[in-house]
Amino acid sequence: MPIAEKDVRWVSPTKLSLMDRLYLPSIFSGLGTTMKHAFSKKVTQQFPEERPQLPQHYRGVHRLNRDEEGRVKCVACYMCSTACPARCIDIVAAPSPWKDREKYPEIFVIDELRCIYCGMCEQACPCDAIELTTLFDLTGLSREEMMFDKEKLLSVFDQTVKDGTDPVRTTSGKLSVASEPKV
Amino acid sequence: MATVHINGAAVDIGDEKLNLVQAAKKAGVEIPSYCWHPALSVVASCRMCLVEVGEKKPDGTVAMQPRVVPACQTPAKDGTVVNTISEKSKYAQERTLESLLLNHPLDCPVCDKAGECGLQDYTFRYGRATTRMIEEKNTPPNKDYIGDNVTLFTDRCIMCSRCVRFTREISGTSELQILNRGHHAEIDIFPEEPLNNKLATNVVDLCPVGALCSKDFLYKQRVWFLKTQQSVCADCSTGCSTHLDYNKDIVYRLRPRDNPQAQGHFMCDEGRLDYEYVNAKERFQQPLARVEGKLTPQAWEKLGPQIRSELVGLARKKGDAIGAVLSPFLTVEEAYLLAKLMKSIAPKARLYLGYVPVRGKDDQYPQDRQGNPVGPAKFTIRAEKCPNRRGVEAVLRQLQGEVLPFETAVRDAGNGTLQALFVTAGYSPNAGQWYQTAQLESLKKTPTLIVQDLMPSTLSAEAKYVIPAATWAEKDGVFVNHANLAQAIHWAVRPGWFGRTDGQVFADLMERRGLLNAEGLRKELAAEIPALAPLAGNLGEQGVKLR
Repeated sequence: MPIAEKDVRWVSPTKLSLMDRLYLPSIFSGLGTTMKHAFSKKVTQQFPEERPQLPQHYRGVHRLNRDEEGRVKCVACYMCSTACPARCIDIVAAPSPWKDREKYPEIFVIDELRCIYCGMCEQACPCDAIELTTLFDLTGLSREEMMFDKEKLLSVFDQTVKDGTDPVRTTSGKLSVASEPKV
Repeated sequence: MATVHINGAAVDIGDEKLNLVQAAKKAGVEIPSYCWHPALSVVASCRMCLVEVGEKKPDGTVAMQPRVVPACQTPAKDGTVVNTISEKSKYAQERTLESLLLNHPLDCPVCDKAGECGLQDYTFRYGRATTRMIEEKNTPPNKDYIGDNVTLFTDRCIMCSRCVRFTREISGTSELQILNRGHHAEIDIFPEEPLNNKLATNVVDLCPVGALCSKDFLYKQRVWFLKTQQSVCADCSTGCSTHLDYNKDIVYRLRPRDNPQAQGHFMCDEGRLDYEYVNAKERFQQPLARVEGKLTPQAWEKLGPQIRSELVGLARKKGDAIGAVLSPFLTVEEAYLLAKLMKSIAPKARLYLGYVPVRGKDDQYPQDRQGNPVGPAKFTIRAEKCPNRRGVEAVLRQLQGEVLPFETAVRDAGNGTLQALFVTAGYSPNAGQWYQTAQLESLKKTPTLIVQDLMPSTLSAEAKYVIPAATWAEKDGVFVNHANLAQAIHWAVRPGWFGRTDGQVFADLMERRGLLNAEGLRKELAAEIPALAPLAGNLGEQGVKLR
């Protein structure tokens, strides 16, 4: 629909005063801002020499948690790979070698290149075995290198525990029975 | 004529003798039940099917019984009124489930049954979301060993006793029993008497929860990843209807499919576990041809015309010098195509029936501990270890006029009558070795020996051409069982990257265009072979009887 003539209001620019036409006050005020930042605290980080302190609920590289005895906590229930929208988790389950549980992952591979870091795997996990950490700068020379297997994912756990960067999640309720330590 | 009123809707059940669970199913209403199974005796022990029942009097008034009754134990009569959604029924269902879940460990994430578990399904539909149990759960330790194919997770059991009744009533071998009473009841075997009868794994299908699991399938795949196709077991001539569970071109398990025309509700372990060869890496992936004395991979596009022209050339010299052996593992359609192929090249071409594996005697159940059949047969494992002898014979009778046995083919090959022989095999490992060493000596005298088989053998090593065969999991077609029941099988997985199904190979050799359509082909062969005329129609899920 074309605009009707009565809806149009014509405006003209206000006239500049002498001070405005000199432009000098504006130039000095701009210089002032520049000088203020030159001497204030710097926000730019010198990555990679300087590492950012990411919030602890950041969703980066996965880790597979260990239980109190250092074994992989995962029970190979496939909930994560079922929930995964990118289909990047591949598990092969087997009867566990330990008495207190029936099933464990013989192979656990996450394709970190295919992953979209949505965090649904850790939401789906009934025993809090998989978590996303604050590690974010993931590099590799080949696609194969970015397929993280069980050992690699467990080493991410060891690394994050050593660095004290355990992920922290807000939970709405209690965790499931399976996550509670065995008495 | 009897009319039953289920939740206000009248359903006519005719003269059938049904219980209320079955009658309600006719009306499209589900009455939850665990211990009841159509093939087993009624014990009404799980109490899951408790419903409010009454009677409609001739004057139209309805008198409901004051207490809920088990539907599986109550026969449906004319005028029976069932209410499954009344307050009383719902209360009974909810409380029964709560009681069953008191001691059930909620280890669904690691339980193989999760996804197809009766307890999960009913809890979702009829149960309550939370538990009020504050005591410690009773968790009896798992049994180390109850059988070669079955594990028992004792704590998951809900004591429906289906497995116990199966071993007593169907297999007759009575290995399983309930030990102790009440809270301490558990399923167990007698000492030194494991559950190792040939029907043992059926208890896994019968188990409504994850207490009994198949060792073969244990932790292989979560059931919700599996896709299911309807198939027929190829291991004996009983032709049990099966569910073929597969994912990403791998067959994971076979389960019996209820078919009163074929075998009933069950299947034997032999057939159930004989699918590994479908996934085997050793299978031929590509057609091979002998070049300078060595079998080398060839392209289908090149090999097809080469084989055809060779057969045509030989047939031109002498019409009955070419022949084909039709394996009883071929579907009816494939047998028809191969027969037509040979007859189109040379009308005098010889068609033989492939080796029919027979092992021992028919194994009839129920049987006693000594293996002697007891009472009327409820399940039979047949001695003939192939799925489709009758179907192939019907084709041969029409197109060859007679059924020439495998021995004749060996004899004709040995005395030099045959210049070319197309041997189809595709035998399952369970069928055993399908030729003798002496027969191999005769067969390899044929100058142009074409072998279509699954895996390398001493015969394929002697062949001029080797064509990869496809298994029953890879093809569409029809198997005709011992009782002339024609059942359709459907493809679920693909026969390798370079693989082609047997029927497609024959169609290509016949220079028929396009992809093979089993249903269309059935119409064609039904018109030509009167014995197989019923195949023209819809076979349905349960198949059609021939003649």
